[in-house]
Amino acid sequence: MNPFRDALHAEWTKLRTVAGTAWLLATTFLLTVGLSAVSAATVTCDGTRCGEDPAKVGLLGVMAGQAVVAVLAVLAVGEEYGTGMIRVTFAAMPRREVVLAAKATVVAAVTAAAGVLAVLASALVALALLPGHGFTPANGYADLATAATLRAAAGSVLYLVLIALLGVGVTTLLRDSAAAVGAVLGLLYLFPVLAQVISNPDWHRHALQLAPMQAGLDVQATIDVAGQPLSPWQGLGVLALWAFGVLGLGGLTLRMRDA
Amino acid sequence: MPGRDSFLYLVRAEWTKLRTVRGWVVGLALAAILTVGLGMLGPLGSQIACDHVNGAAISACHVTGPPHDATGQEVDDESTFVHRTLTGDGSITARLTAFGGKYFPSGGGPADPTADPTAGMADGLQPWSKAGILVKNGTTFGSAYAAVLATGTHGVRMQYDYTHDTAGPAVTVGSATPRWLRLTRAGDTLTGYDSADGTTWTEIGTARLTNLPRNVEVGVFATSPDFAVVKNSFGGSATNTGPSLATGTFDQIAVTGQSSGAWTVPAIGSAAAGDGGPGAARGPEAVAGAVPSAGGGFTVTGTGDIAPSVPDEGQGKTPESALAGTFGGLIAVIVVAALTMTSEYRRGLIRVSLAASPRRGRLLAAKAVVLGGVSFVVGLAAAAIAVPGVRAVEHSKRMYVYYASTQAEIRMVIGTAALLAVSAVFALAVATIVRRGAAAVAAVIVVIILPYLLAVASVLPAGAAEWLARVTPAAAFAVQQTVIAWPQVRASYTPTNGFYPLSPWLGLAVLCLYAAAAYAVAHRQLRRRDV
Repeated sequence: MNPFRDALHAEWTKLRTVAGTAWLLATTFLLTVGLSAVSAATVTCDGTRCGEDPAKVGLLGVMAGQAVVAVLAVLAVGEEYGTGMIRVTFAAMPRREVVLAAKATVVAAVTAAAGVLAVLASALVALALLPGHGFTPANGYADLATAATLRAAAGSVLYLVLIALLGVGVTTLLRDSAAAVGAVLGLLYLFPVLAQVISNPDWHRHALQLAPMQAGLDVQATIDVAGQPLSPWQGLGVLALWAFGVLGLGGLTLRMRDA
Repeated sequence: MPGRDSFLYLVRAEWTKLRTVRGWVVGLALAAILTVGLGMLGPLGSQIACDHVNGAAISACHVTGPPHDATGQEVDDESTFVHRTLTGDGSITARLTAFGGKYFPSGGGPADPTADPTAGMADGLQPWSKAGILVKNGTTFGSAYAAVLATGTHGVRMQYDYTHDTAGPAVTVGSATPRWLRLTRAGDTLTGYDSADGTTWTEIGTARLTNLPRNVEVGVFATSPDFAVVKNSFGGSATNTGPSLATGTFDQIAVTGQSSGAWTVPAIGSAAAGDGGPGAARGPEAVAGAVPSAGGGFTVTGTGDIAPSVPDEGQGKTPESALAGTFGGLIAVIVVAALTMTSEYRRGLIRVSLAASPRRGRLLAAKAVVLGGVSFVVGLAAAAIAVPGVRAVEHSKRMYVYYASTQAEIRMVIGTAALLAVSAVFALAVATIVRRGAAAVAAVIVVIILPYLLAVASVLPAGAAEWLARVTPAAAFAVQQTVIAWPQVRASYTPTNGFYPLSPWLGLAVLCLYAAAAYAVAHRQLRRRDV
């Protein structure tokens, strides 16, 4: 028997049979599509080069949806610590890093599934609404359904998956759901607030390059790509470094620490 | 020693629970450290524009900031002022017979400054173009004054000492509808009047200008603020600003009292010559000045403003930027507040707590009192350290910090403490309802911080941002605002620029409403539910 496949199966059963999972995935979808639709319905472009990036407008909801994804990922690990189930799990599967890898894989997979649906729906709403709000060829937006838009949408799904991995990693480190949610949302939301008060242009740029959310969302840039702090895939790469870095650290402490 | 079922006893029990869990004490300490430490990052990661030239640090650089008046309030004080000296008490009366202006409709300045300085300008007054009579303590920048003036669209008004503005009759002054204006001085008290015919006078208001010397300058003036075209674009707004001109024609000018010397009349272009900047002599400033007109009057053309000035990004730091770390402190407090309830459920302690205190509502109240009180104290201490601490760093880096009155700074510090306290109670209530720490923490963080981020740093337009800053718990951050949205100055007063649509305490009240509603639901649920 392949131990990873067993672990995967066990984790999938756990995640599937917890009542919260379906609710959280549904909330992820609703929040993402809802906020994206609000933003696509309110942002208008009143002239040439009005500066708005249609992909960022249409996929704004990812900023809200990621919070629910973080909760889902945190609960997948944190609830096991909270209920003491983790000791049973590790007794059954003593290779803890395999358990962590399986957990991360399962959480990433369900996030990807919900993310594809949410991002697809947001993109369709935006493609329907934005041309009516001045995002027209006359204002310099030739065609919204381009390869760059596709990259922004695919990148947004990957972004949500990486947020989920970050959540799994942080919770493995902290072993408490509430503290882990606070830490993940702090990591995501505090950087942009701080970047606002840092006026040194170099430091400001570095803060935006380092911030998991700001860097990761660079993948949504479709206009003025060169003017962004990072190129789209570099930005997502920074988030991936955060996610896999914390996940690795979590795996390391998992091995060395008592459960 | 209070009795076992007294509320004080419960509060003491909750306080004991809070202070004996190491993680929670660490969390509260972290709240204070984050609030102060993250606030410090702002000035540490900033530099003033003149600090570095071409990447090389220069030491001989000191920023005095924008010009300000005697209190420290940043002001604009630029006008064309035809004046003479008045000694002691007296009055000035003048009739404004014509009032018009010019501006660049697309914003910005003249396309070709070497040509006609007014080429490309369209006729029209700005809403706050001003022409009227002025009593001023000398002609130095920022000195005390009182004025009765006509505006572009805001009627006749009395204004004094830059920040004070009293509305008079809402009339539009023009050649068909001239207006009489009068200011009288009696000691430190100046009284403004206006009249349609020069015989029946209506008082607009009075001003007390303390320490006004015996000799003051009195006369007629005109000025007109910049015209700006604001374009919202990603991550903020771009403003295209350009000068505008206002021209007022006065006659029947009469000064009573002891007045000596002739009128000092600024010649056309004298302001531009005084400015000395390249291009100034060829911009609209070049046509500002005054010429005598029929009946002993003057035609006065001015550009600029006599009003408070609004903080401009890049020139300095606002006092509230010292409290940027509040967001970090907020997250830590929310986590601790949620945990104090959810951990009782997790460990089954809730059954013991409720067995000891069968009146369940009182248990929730005791927790709220302890958490609210502790969060308030932590927030107060952190803000009271962060504000002067950050300011010290800013001053050591020779940055300019915008003026805020002492009351505004005290309100900002106490408001931050209240913000943390109310958020803690909010998080406690939500945690009682959902009984899951992670869900409660995420919900409270998302409803408080995400709307703030969307309002100040996202693609949402100003209208949607103001709506968010009005109806979501993020409205509470208004309590930290010290910059003032002056009604008599046109500027971009959006959340992105640090201006909230609600007043400070009203904004905090919005968060209180959310917390109270959540508390009411939590109270009901706790009493009705099995544990």
